[in-house]
Amino acid sequence: MAAEYEAVIGLEVHVELKTKSKIFCGCTTEFGGEPNTHVCPVCLGLPGVLPVLNKKVVDYAIKAGLALNCQIASFSKFDRKNYYYPDLPKNFQTSQYDLPIAEHGFLDIEVDGVEKRIGITRIHMEEDAGKLMHSGETIVSSTSSLVDYNRTGVPLIEIVSEPDMRSAEEARAYLEKLKAIIEYTEVSDCKMEEGSLRCDANISVRPKGTEKFGTKVEIKNMNSFRALQRAVEYEIERQIDLNEDGGKVIQETRSWDDTKGVTVSMRSKEEANDYRYFPEPDLVPLVIDKEWVDSIKETMPELPDARKKRLVEEIGLSSYDASVITSSKDLAEFFDRTMEHYQDAKIVANWLMGELLRLLNAKGQTIKESPITPQALAELLILQDKGTISGKIAKQVFEEMFNTGQSAENIVKEKGLVQISDEGAIGAIVEKVIANNPQSVEDFKNGKKQAIGFLVGQVMKETKGKANPALVNKLLNEKLQNI
Amino acid sequence: MELYEQTAHELRDLLIKKEISSQELTEAFCEHIAQVEGYVQAYVTTTREQALKAAQDFDQKLAKGEETAPLAGIPMALKDNMSTKDIRTTCSSKILENYIPPYDATVVKKLQATGMVMLGKLNMDEFAMGSSTENSRFFQTKNPWDLERVPGGSSGGAAAAVAASEAAYTLGSDTGGSIRQPAAYCGVVGLKPTYGLVSRFGLLAFASSLDQIGPLTKDVTDCALVLQQIAGHDPLDSTSANLPVPNYQEALVPDVKGLKVGVPKEYFAAGLDPEVEKIVQQSIRQFEDLGAIIEETSLPHTEYALPAYYVIAPAECSSNLARYDGVRYGYRDTDAQDIVSMFMKTRDEGFGQEVKRRIMIGTYALSSGYYDAYYLKALKVRTLIKQDFDQAFAKYDILLTPTTTSPAFKFGEKSADPVSMYLSDICTVTINLAGVPAISIPCGFSNGLPVGLQIIAKPFGESTLFRAAYAFEKATNYHEQRPQLGVK
Repeated sequence: MAAEYEAVIGLEVHVELKTKSKIFCGCTTEFGGEPNTHVCPVCLGLPGVLPVLNKKVVDYAIKAGLALNCQIASFSKFDRKNYYYPDLPKNFQTSQYDLPIAEHGFLDIEVDGVEKRIGITRIHMEEDAGKLMHSGETIVSSTSSLVDYNRTGVPLIEIVSEPDMRSAEEARAYLEKLKAIIEYTEVSDCKMEEGSLRCDANISVRPKGTEKFGTKVEIKNMNSFRALQRAVEYEIERQIDLNEDGGKVIQETRSWDDTKGVTVSMRSKEEANDYRYFPEPDLVPLVIDKEWVDSIKETMPELPDARKKRLVEEIGLSSYDASVITSSKDLAEFFDRTMEHYQDAKIVANWLMGELLRLLNAKGQTIKESPITPQALAELLILQDKGTISGKIAKQVFEEMFNTGQSAENIVKEKGLVQISDEGAIGAIVEKVIANNPQSVEDFKNGKKQAIGFLVGQVMKETKGKANPALVNKLLNEKLQNI
Repeated sequence: MELYEQTAHELRDLLIKKEISSQELTEAFCEHIAQVEGYVQAYVTTTREQALKAAQDFDQKLAKGEETAPLAGIPMALKDNMSTKDIRTTCSSKILENYIPPYDATVVKKLQATGMVMLGKLNMDEFAMGSSTENSRFFQTKNPWDLERVPGGSSGGAAAAVAASEAAYTLGSDTGGSIRQPAAYCGVVGLKPTYGLVSRFGLLAFASSLDQIGPLTKDVTDCALVLQQIAGHDPLDSTSANLPVPNYQEALVPDVKGLKVGVPKEYFAAGLDPEVEKIVQQSIRQFEDLGAIIEETSLPHTEYALPAYYVIAPAECSSNLARYDGVRYGYRDTDAQDIVSMFMKTRDEGFGQEVKRRIMIGTYALSSGYYDAYYLKALKVRTLIKQDFDQAFAKYDILLTPTTTSPAFKFGEKSADPVSMYLSDICTVTINLAGVPAISIPCGFSNGLPVGLQIIAKPFGESTLFRAAYAFEKATNYHEQRPQLGVK
C-alpha cells in the first residue's frame, strides 16, 4: 500500500554563526556561562536601545550563501517578526522577510549511489532568542520558569530548502551534506548537541504521480541525524496511514519525542501567529556590492564536493571512501595530514573509517579530540609495512595508542610485540602444532585444504599473534607437503 | 528680569564673567520650580541633588580655569522618554512608573560630557502619544500662558518648563509635531531636526522611523547652541547620519535678503483659525520686508499626510511597545495565573487609552490581509510626500507655514474625540514623514496666547532654518515675552 504514496520533504535549518560578538551588540556569543551574564541593554531589548548590525554576520552569511551556490542579494533588508514569548526580549525578532541575503542555491546529495540535487530556496539572517528553563518536566507541569538571555542576539542563518526530498534517507543525506559544507566554511561549529545546528522538517505525502502537494506538517525538535531520519520515517508512515484510513492530515506543528519514537501535536495552524512582518525601521537597508562578495570568495576553502573529487581523481580513493572521508572537515584534514607521512590512501582511509571512528564513537569523542595524531597513525602503518608488526598486532597497538597516547614504537617495544620473522623459531612452533593436531593434518592430506587455516591459527595462538603470517603459511605448506 | 528668565546664552555669559556661580543659578531654578510647579506641573521627577552636585563640579572646573563647553553649568531638563542611568524614566506611563534604566541615552552622554546640570525629567503624553499632555498617566501639565489650557504635546512638560522658566532649555522628542506644536502653544522655540541628525539611542521609541530628539529653548541662539551639543553621528544608532556637523552659530546672521521662500497653500486651507492665519501672514510679510522673496507654492499630497501618519506611527508603536510585557521590568499584574493572561493584564492595566488605541490600530494595519491596504499604501504616500518636498526645495530655501491651526485649546476640549485631537498635528506630521527639519518660533499672540510660525528646510538644512529664524527674531520681540504665572 505504502508504495502508492510519495513523501515531499523540505528542511529549515538554523545555524548559529561563530562570530565572537552578537548580531546587534558587542556581547559575547560564547556558549555556557552563568545565566544572564552575556547580556547588555541592547540584546535585552531595554527601552530605548537600538540594534547595530555586526558586519561579520553578513560576511558569514555571504560565505554560507556562496558555499551553497546561492545568489547573493545586492540589496537586502531586515524586518521585524512580531510575536510574544518570554524568551524574546523585544517581543519581536529581527529577521529577514521578503529580501533575504541569499537565494536560489543548491547542494548535491548521494543516496544508495544515486546523486540528486536539492534546491535551496533562501538563506536569511536573524537573531536568536533566549532560553526558558522550566521548573518541572514540561512547560505545563511547571510552577515557574526562568529565562536565560545569554543566547539572545546570537546570530543565526536560516537555510530553507526546496521541497525536493522524497525519503527520510534523502533528508538525512541533505542535512549531513549541509552540515559538512557549513563546517568547511567555518562560519559555524555546527554542534547539534549545543543547538548551534537545529533542523525543522516540513513533510507531506501525496499519491505517486500527482503534482499537488498534500497537507504539510512541520516537525520540530530533532536533535541528531538519527532523530531526523526516524522522525521523518515515522511522520511519513503516520500520514500514509491517515490517508489509508480515510482520515485527514491537518496542517499543524508537531514535536518529535525521541524516547517514545513518535511525533506529537504542538499547535494547529488555526492558532498560528500572524507575525505582522514589516521593515525594521532601526536598521538601514543592507547594500552588498560585488567587491564585498568577491572579498568573501577569496576566503572560500575547498568544499566537500571539490575535495571528494580530488581524492577520487588524484589519489584514487573509491567514491564511497572519498564521500565518507570528506563528510567531515576534521576527518578530511586528518586524512590529508596522515597522507603527508604515509602514502597509501586506501589503507589510511580504511584505518580512519574503521578503527579510528569506531574508537571515537565508542568514547563519544570528535576527530579533533583524537588522542592519536595523523603522524602517530602513519608511524604505526609504517611499522606494519616494514613487517615489524603484523596487521592483527597493529590493531592491538592502535587501541593501546588510543588509550594511552603513546607512540606505536614505544608500545611495540615495551610489550614485545615485534613480529617473529625468524624461520627457525617459527619452524619449531609449526612442527609442534603439526605434532599436536594429527586430525587436522589427516584432513589436509585427504584434500580438505581449509584445514590449513586452523593450523595457521594454532601457530598464531602459540606466538600470541606475533608470527609473520606469510612465513607461517609458507613453512606450514612446506612441512605438510613433506609428511 | 529674574535670573531664571534669561536665555541660556545670557546665563552662559554671566557664568563666564563669574557674576554668578552655577550653584547659585541651579538653586535659583530650584526655588523657582518650587514656586511655580504647583501651577504648571511640568516635572515627573526632579533631581535637585544631582543637579547641585553637577553645578558644583562645573564651578570648580571654572575656578581652576579649565575650559568649559557652551552650555555647561546651565540648568536644563529632559522629556521623560530619554534614558537616564539610575534616574527613573517613565514615559509618563504606569507600565514604566518604577523603571530605572541602567544606561544613558546618547544625548544624555553628550550633554554630560559638556557639563550638564539636569534638574529633572519632564511630563509628556504617555509614550509620546498625544497632542496635549492630557495622556500622561500621572497628571496634566498646564500651559503657563493660561492654566486652563493645554501646553500641547507630547513634549508638553518640556515646552511648559521652558515657557515657565523652570529650566533654561529642555530636550523633547518629535514624532509628528511633538516638539513644534507645544513650542507654538507655549511661545517658545522648538526644533525638529533632520531625521538622523541626532542619535535616537536611548530615546524610548514611539515610531522609530519618525522620532527625533530636539531642543526647546527661549530663543533661536539657544536652539542652535543646544543642537550643536547633541547633533552628530552615533555608532550606536545605525540610522544616524555620518556627516560633519556644521557650526550653527555661524548661521546666526540677521539676513534673509534674496532667500527664496515658498508658502504652501495647503497649509492655509479650511480649518485654520482666522487669527492664527492673520498672524502667520503678517510674519510672512515680515520676511518679505526683510528682503526674502516670497512665492505661493504647493505640496499636493499634504492632505494624505495625516492618514498615512496615523497608519505608520501606530504600526511601528505596536511593535516598539511589545516589549512592555511585565516579564523583566516595569509594572506587572501579579494576579494572573498564566503567562498569557499576565501579558494581557499587565498591558491592559499598564497602558492608557490612547496608547492602547494606537497599538490596536497598528496591529490591525500590519496584520496579514490588511498590510497592503494600509501599511504599504501609507509607505507609498510617504514617498510621494517626500517627493513634494524634494520638488519644493529644488526651488525654495525654506517653506513657511503655521505650526498649528489654532492657539492652545482648553483641557478636555478635544480629549473625548481622538480624530479632532489628531487634526491638531496637521501642520507638523508631513515634516516627520519627509524626514526634513522644521523649527517653530513665536510669531505673535492671539488673545494673549502664543502663535507659532513653522519654518521648514531641506534635509540637513538646519543652518538655513537658524538663519531665517534668527533674522525674524531680531526683527521682532515675541520671544522676549514671558507668561505671568498664577494669573489667569
